[in-house]
Formats: sequence, structure tokens, C-alpha cells
Amino acid sequence: MTDGPSEDIEALIDLMARLPGLGPRSARRAVLHLIQKRGKLMLPLAQAMQAVGSTARECLNCGNIGTSDICGICDNPKRASGQICVVEDVADLWAMERANVFSGRYHVLGGTLSALDAIGPEDLRIPKLLDRVITEEITEVILALSATIDGQTTAHYIADQLPGVSVTSLAQGVPVGGELDYLDDGTITAALKARRSL
Amino acid sequence: MIEWADEGTVLSLRRHGETSAIIEVFTSGHGRHAGVVRGGASRRMAPVLQPGGQVAVTWKARLDEHLGTFTVEPRRSRPSLVMGERLALAGLNAIAALLTFTLPERDPHPALYDRTSALLDLADQPDLWPLAYLHWEVALLEEMGFALDLSRCAATGQTTGLSYISPRTGRAVSAEGAGEWADRLLPLPPVLLGDGDAGPDDMKLAFDVTGHFISKSLLPSLGDRPVPPARQRLVDLICRDD
Repeated sequence: MTDGPSEDIEALIDLMARLPGLGPRSARRAVLHLIQKRGKLMLPLAQAMQAVGSTARECLNCGNIGTSDICGICDNPKRASGQICVVEDVADLWAMERANVFSGRYHVLGGTLSALDAIGPEDLRIPKLLDRVITEEITEVILALSATIDGQTTAHYIADQLPGVSVTSLAQGVPVGGELDYLDDGTITAALKARRSL
Repeated sequence: MIEWADEGTVLSLRRHGETSAIIEVFTSGHGRHAGVVRGGASRRMAPVLQPGGQVAVTWKARLDEHLGTFTVEPRRSRPSLVMGERLALAGLNAIAALLTFTLPERDPHPALYDRTSALLDLADQPDLWPLAYLHWEVALLEEMGFALDLSRCAATGQTTGLSYISPRTGRAVSAEGAGEWADRLLPLPPVLLGDGDAGPDDMKLAFDVTGHFISKSLLPSLGDRPVPPARQRLVDLICRDD
């Protein structure tokens, strides 16, 4: 028998190792770091997790994660611009917010349609989106979905469900800082198809 | 160590852990074959592993019954051509779903592979695509052992005036041969015989015929699963767009 960490610490390591990006070895390192910085990091982290664990919930309107039934974005009257940006999940919403370029509201679908996984429209928040377009008098729906087969299938499906509303989607092509030599054929094809006059 | 190399079309992609992916590829010499792609969840590999993409694969495993690993090299990126095209995108989904549902694993179908590759290469030509897809469904049925016999009437043997098809045997029947049984037979649209203008009504009837044999003959032989909804979405679009 070896004298390793105590049972409680092992349990913490096991839990940490379940987090994305962490394996048993990195979880062990993280736990050791937390213990060494107990006052400055571990206890505040535990309190923060306790607080978020008891208050975090999905916004009833858009599907964003917040600490109240209606999230700060939906609750903000300044963001009622008639535009709604549709994203796959909350991480995408947060990415859009980080960019700080969109001042309308969002709608989180919770995934994409998938022929092989049998995920249909009723499994996503598409009916709620169609409802919101009417009740919030939306004039433009911006589809910020992945440039994947499933993402674009979902985009076309939503566009079909919204006749009479302007439906746009994000452009696809060369990323900022991208060099053509390092791009895959598909991205170059998409970029060429979406070329514009200067 | 067992190893082979082939070229194929990606049918599906699933994340496997944080960095890898399990893909299914339809190859000429090895049929529908699955394998792990190490690093397949990376941003670099994501465009290569989209369904419909043409790739060169090398499969390795210690034993034949193992899942094994794929090394993948891109050959042709079809998904980027179809992403903006509603009809082609629906077609790609329908093809991938039908192949995944119907093809037994690791069973080579080189003729169907060639037809599938040719069809996918037409994906950005919306005027040719619907008819080519219809004939691909007929070829899929034939490859799976449920060929339609439209060469002559099953009752009279005549080769002209074929107007119906037997829902049980898939054989053509002439109006004369059908007689009082006509209302129990499926109408045979000229487009399935290579005639006519492939208008929306004809196409709808033709997809009803292939759909009947896919759902009543092909899928029950594979465990009675329902027809993938992706096929119906494509048929709705074709019949609407035409």
C-alpha cells in the first residue's frame, strides 16, 4: 500500500479529472495548486461554485445561462433592436458577446439537426424561436451556426420556417490573420464563392 | 498488424473523447467502414471530416474485428460546395443517412460506390441532381437485392405500355396486364423508365415508388427501422423546387 493523497483529496482529483481538458495527471496538479493556494484560490473558488451551483439556470426566453429566469441580455431594453442572433449553444453566445459587435438579442438552439443522430426540430428550441420572431416583432434573424453539414442544414431549415422575415447567416471564408497556404480546400472554396468587390 | 489503404467518402463523424473522432467512410474496396481518427476533433481536421468529403484513408488494427484507426488525407472537399445550396445539402444528408442505414459494415459495393461518387460530384448542379438522385435510389435498391424489373410486363411479357409496378415484386405491369388489379398496383411514372420530362408530378410518383421499396422491402430486412427523415426532407424539397 502506498501513502498517497487522502481519500477526500483523491475524490476531489477524480471529480476534477472529469472536467473537459483535464486528465488524471493534470487534475492532480490542479488540486495540488489549489491546496497550496487554499486561502486565495481554493476557498473563494468553492464559494463561487456553491453560489453558481445554486443560482445558475437557463433563460426561459433565449436559453442563455444566467442566474435569473430571464437573462440580462433579454432583460435589457436597449438590446431590443428587432434583430435576433441564433446560435447553437451558450459558448457560441458568449463568443459573440466577447466580440462586442452585436447589440440585438440571442436565441440558443441547444444543438443542430442531425440526420444520423435523429435530432429533429422538436428536439431543439426551434418552435420557441419561431414564437419569438412573432411576439418580439423581429425583422432580421441572423443565423450564426457552425460551417458544418449539420449546422448549415439547420440554417436552411430555419430559413424555410421563416417566410417574410429577413434571414441572414454569417459569412464563411478566410479568417483574420489566415494565410491561404495554410487553409484547407473547403475554406478556400467557400471564400472564393463569397468574394466581394473592392 | 492489419493495414489497408483506400479512397472513400465520409458518411458520419462522432467525437471520441476530447481530441479524437470516430468516422464512417464508404470506400470502394472495403464498403462502409468505421475507425478512430486520432486528432479528428481538431480544428485542422474538422473541414476534412465533414460528411460528403472525399478522403484517402489508411486503416490499421491489430485484429480484423477491432475498430482500428484511420489516417486521413483530404482528396476533395465537397461539403464547401453544397453548404449554400439547400437542395444539394439535403441530398448529401439523405445519401449519407441512407448509406449508413442500409449498407452492412465492411461489405464492399464498388458499383454503388462509383455511382455515389458520381452523384456527389453533381451536387452543385441543381438541374441535374434530382434525376440523378432518383436513379441512385434505384441503384441502391438493386445493390441491396431489391432490384426493380422494369424491362417487361410481369403478366403479359410486353415491353411497351408499362403503366404500373407491383408493390410486392417490383416488376412492371402493363395497363392491359393489370386489368382489375390496377388499383392495387403502384403507378409507374415514365421518368423511372427513362422517359418523360421529369416534372414534379412524375418525380413525386417516382419517389413514392422508390420510397415504398426502401421502407417496405429494404429497411425491414435490416431490422425494421424507419426511413431516415433526411430522405423525406430531400423529396419534399425536390417536389417543391421543381
